[in-house]
Amino acid sequence: MIEMIDVWKTYPNGVMALNGIDVHIEKGEFVYVVGPSGAGKSTFIKCMFREEKPTQGSIIINGTNLSKVKERQIPKVRRKIGVVFQDFKLLPRLTVFENVAFALEVIEESPKVIRERVMEVLDLVKLKNKARMFPDELSGGEQQRVSIARSIVNHPPVIIADEPTGNLDPETAWEIMDIFKTINERGTTVVMATHNKEIVNTITKRVIAIEGGRIVRDEAKGDYGYED
Amino acid sequence: MKIRTLNRHIKEAFKSMGRNGWMSFASISAVTVTLLLVSVFLAILLNINYIANQIEDDVQIRAYIERTEKPENYKAFKNQLEQIDKVKSVEFQSKEEGLDELIKSLGDEGKVFSSLKKENPLRDAYIVKTDKPQDTAEVAKEVDKLKFVSKVEYGQGTVEKLFKVTDTARNVGVFLVLGLVFTAMFLISNTIKLTIVSRRREIEIMKLVGATNGFIRWPFFIEGFALGVCGALLPIIVIAVGYQTIFDIVNQKLGTVFIELLPVTPLIPQLSILMLLIGGVIGVWGSLTSVRKFLKI
Repeated sequence: MIEMIDVWKTYPNGVMALNGIDVHIEKGEFVYVVGPSGAGKSTFIKCMFREEKPTQGSIIINGTNLSKVKERQIPKVRRKIGVVFQDFKLLPRLTVFENVAFALEVIEESPKVIRERVMEVLDLVKLKNKARMFPDELSGGEQQRVSIARSIVNHPPVIIADEPTGNLDPETAWEIMDIFKTINERGTTVVMATHNKEIVNTITKRVIAIEGGRIVRDEAKGDYGYED
Repeated sequence: MKIRTLNRHIKEAFKSMGRNGWMSFASISAVTVTLLLVSVFLAILLNINYIANQIEDDVQIRAYIERTEKPENYKAFKNQLEQIDKVKSVEFQSKEEGLDELIKSLGDEGKVFSSLKKENPLRDAYIVKTDKPQDTAEVAKEVDKLKFVSKVEYGQGTVEKLFKVTDTARNVGVFLVLGLVFTAMFLISNTIKLTIVSRRREIEIMKLVGATNGFIRWPFFIEGFALGVCGALLPIIVIAVGYQTIFDIVNQKLGTVFIELLPVTPLIPQLSILMLLIGGVIGVWGSLTSVRKFLKI
């Protein structure tokens, strides 16, 4: 499903974010990516949906080698990967419904299918009654749920989340995790970078720890492993 | 692209105009103000040119024939005159006709000359018109060389001054209009750029969700066009109503002075189409150039 082979990333300012990452993630897995700030977690995540391009090495997602994908084809790759961000990245001038629908509009779905599928995922994240609201009328947790709805609405095989609970209070964070669990149980692969020790230690899943741009630990049923 | 996607883009463009109300208002106002200036100056320039042409067209060369020449030869003279380069037409005016015209042009005082009819002091003449009014002096020189011509008259001195004035008026007008169009392009595209720069983050998000560049560009393209065209509407109305009013007043008061303004019907539709075109093109150009900057993610 996801394979990284000897991936290196050096930013133009000289920061070496990834120094030889090898990782293999199976279909249907739930993986936490942990590690101290600045260890390379975000770069690791960003490389997966090609927001950043690795300096060296190859990343294969859904059978596509990202390093060989032409610039024009990148949107197509991204449509098969759902991405959830720490800062939600919702379009501020679109309603909840329109934000979620956007992911289907880009693949030119018919309005009828769009309406059905959007209402379906909004039901899943329990926001059906707020479909006509704008993002700034929602709480942080609600905004994140919209963002999750958008990421899963076209049924991608992989969801990548970059600290999805980072901006939320603990209670809301648990709600969000419940949604991710549900999504994962339906067979979607989830890769989540997180700083949330409690969550990692309670909902135990595979843990990949990154430090200094390298994988220092990779356990099938791991714990957070840092004293925060 | 599917038709329904085009529909989506059009809807999206107008939705965006509505939800970015103030920014749209700012863009439309910028287009309105500049196009209003452009259209007013363009109307003035075209009229200056039109009036200058009318004045210049009145310029003609009067070639008086030696009194000693016999009328039998006149036909040959006409041929000779017509063979001169850049001559458009040659018309005969007998001394009787010449006197009549003089009397008429002097009005009441002219009656004094009526007594001269028996012993007409004038000479028969040919009235020569040139292809271009500017050729007058040159042609007049050629005419003067002919043997049968006793004297050439074309308003020497005055004509040269007239051409200098009309040419300057035209040049200044063209310079002003070009400068205005240039300023308009700059101002409009800058305002539209501002509205898009404020949406930079949105464009980034769209790309991360899997939108292609074309998909993102289309609504901006349509929006830019719509903003430009909307901005052109008010100037068109103002210039249409304003010009009609001025046209009526001028024709009423100055109708007798041989000068008339450009007729409303070809001028206003032409100006309207031009304004719509400038507005639309600049709107599209402004929005596309600024979107392009943010698409590289």
